[in-house]
Amino acid sequence: MAPDPHRSNIDIAHLRDRHRLMWRIRALEQAALRGLDDKVVLGAIHPSIGQEAIAAGVVGALRRDDILLSTHRGHGHTLAKGASSEAMLRELLGRVGGNCGGKGGSMHIADFEVGMLGANGVVGANIVIAAGAAHAIKLKREDKIVCCIFGDGAINRGPFLEGLNWAAVFNLPVLFVCEDNGFAATTRTSSMTAGGGPAVRARAIGLQAEEVDGNDVLAVEDTAQAMIAAIRAGGGPRFLHAKTYRLTGHTGVDTAPYRPADEVAARKLEEPILRAAELLLGAGVPEADIAADRAEAEAEMEAAYAAAIAAPFPGPEEAFRDVQDVGSPALGAF
Amino acid sequence: MSIISYMEAARQALAEEMRRDKLVWAVGEDLGRGGVFGQYRGLVEEFGPERISDAPISEAAILGASVGAAMMGTRPVVEMRFSDFALCAVDELVNQAAKARFMFGGQTRVPLVVREPIGMWRSSAAQHSQSLESWYAHIPGLVVACPSTPADNKGMLKAAIRCDDPVVYMEHKNLWPLEGEVPEGDHVVPFGVARTVRPGKDITIVSWSAQVHVCARAADVLAGQGIEAELIDLRTLWPWDQQAVLESAARTGRLLVAHEAVQVGGFGAEIAAFVAERLGIKVRRLGAPRAPIGYAPPVEDAVRISETMTVAAVRDMLGK
Ligand SMILES: Cc1ncc(C[n+]2csc(CCOP(=O)(O)OP(=O)(O)O)c2C)c(N)n1
Ligand SMILES: [Mg+2]
Repeated sequence: MAPDPHRSNIDIAHLRDRHRLMWRIRALEQAALRGLDDKVVLGAIHPSIGQEAIAAGVVGALRRDDILLSTHRGHGHTLAKGASSEAMLRELLGRVGGNCGGKGGSMHIADFEVGMLGANGVVGANIVIAAGAAHAIKLKREDKIVCCIFGDGAINRGPFLEGLNWAAVFNLPVLFVCEDNGFAATTRTSSMTAGGGPAVRARAIGLQAEEVDGNDVLAVEDTAQAMIAAIRAGGGPRFLHAKTYRLTGHTGVDTAPYRPADEVAARKLEEPILRAAELLLGAGVPEADIAADRAEAEAEMEAAYAAAIAAPFPGPEEAFRDVQDVGSPALGAF
Repeated sequence: MSIISYMEAARQALAEEMRRDKLVWAVGEDLGRGGVFGQYRGLVEEFGPERISDAPISEAAILGASVGAAMMGTRPVVEMRFSDFALCAVDELVNQAAKARFMFGGQTRVPLVVREPIGMWRSSAAQHSQSLESWYAHIPGLVVACPSTPADNKGMLKAAIRCDDPVVYMEHKNLWPLEGEVPEGDHVVPFGVARTVRPGKDITIVSWSAQVHVCARAADVLAGQGIEAELIDLRTLWPWDQQAVLESAARTGRLLVAHEAVQVGGFGAEIAAFVAERLGIKVRRLGAPRAPIGYAPPVEDAVRISETMTVAAVRDMLGK
């Protein structure tokens, strides 16, 4: 889709802000990939390069006290929710000062301070947990909402049906977001998914659902905002299907030989940061300002990376802390 | 004999069994592109996408559908990619696959193999590192296999595919690249027959899966100190070779069972208790602390049973 530089009514300052956030996400992913090359990121990472508009548009539309649940591909969501880039890089390097003290790594980053209840190593597992988080909000009569992001592959697991149904029957304040990047690991998701797709399934369970161009950050944000407003007003769960494309392999080491190079090249031209930059340019924002957003983001991640590398590893005693209260191995009970 | 990897050995076994028996087929996520670790590489080219079948991310359906397909006479090889994700299909495995034959009064069999790679694999953290073999050893109806060498990964996978019972087949992720001699052709390792890795007279060490290699290195160190440990690779947890273990332990008078899995409620407890009940000799277990597995290397290493710990446990048992 060609960006429309003549789009009217765009709030330039706001778009600029989203542009900066998307660059921060991409620069964080690039730092994570560099960490793999430098052999300091030890576990698997799943980069979100090319998918930044969903994090920036949806998560950016949440309040700080709203709740977010994410996936194994969750760096962007977590950063957008307000987690510190340095804490995240420390976590990816398994260091002291990481969001989880270095004990979780990429697939288990959580930052409860900013309402981020965790990435998840198990596809689809977050959907029912999100329903439960929203259930608690309802029981406690709080006015915040839950946002649950999952991939297009997750809609083929049972918890998708169970979680959406739960949210619907209890009329819970939750926004489900299917971040559809076309792939589930090496598998083209369409080849293993029957029917009309995520939104059609959600509607069949009784949720209002919409589809959006997930590479258009403003469209994502506008759609999410409207849904979030309806949810806050007590309207019950909503479902957003955002279509994007995974520009990297499934993991940091996957070269994705299973898809044609010209497909990737074509999708690169539609990637969200480029599109936002074209809009900004078209609206008269100087090229130097646009470049500065990138440079600033890269400088932030460079500094965070340096700090993470310099940080110590947690000690072996951490293996036994926070296992459980009763009968914990930290108490010599094993 | 040829020298091939643990992964390649299993690939060969599956290919040979699929050539031998048209009812054998494999199903799981990403199999058409070789599977998550490459264990299925090249197989779709030979057998086609019906017999090397892709699957949605639907573990319950992958395993549940395989139960139905097995009751209808096919022999599914079910790929769960990590034993951790097989937990999304525990009902299908434990309540359905394991019980169908008995519940239905012997009218059916569920001849499926569930491949569930286990074990710590650098910085894979709490949801991609577990060794849950003892859970399945606890379930009547299931066979539990934990191969430790390339030769066994060929011979035991063949036995698993030919077995009419549901087999939980646990390969260790750290062993994929391990190379070793593997017999060509129809090499089948029967279940329930342990392998003596090295003979010894002072103590019996029983282990399985990747931990066998840690114990073998410990036994080398002990040999240098004048202690001759007999090392037994159990190969299958159910059925397990009670006779081989009893015979060895009766001869050496001491038994150590070492495993990567959590010690509490681990299968080492079963073996130790069994031997103590019958021989009344000194027994000990060496398993991981009851803590989830962490991401940062020092945290991960803190729950790893090392060669040094094994040596120390043996020396302590011998009063040295
Ligand atoms: C229950 C479960 N099955 C399999 C996996 C292995 N796995 C990790 S990510 C992934 C693909 C997920 O695809 P999708 O939901 O579209 O998310 P994406 O990776 O595209 O962001 C798979 C199969 C898992 N983590 N959990
Ligand atoms: Mg996907």
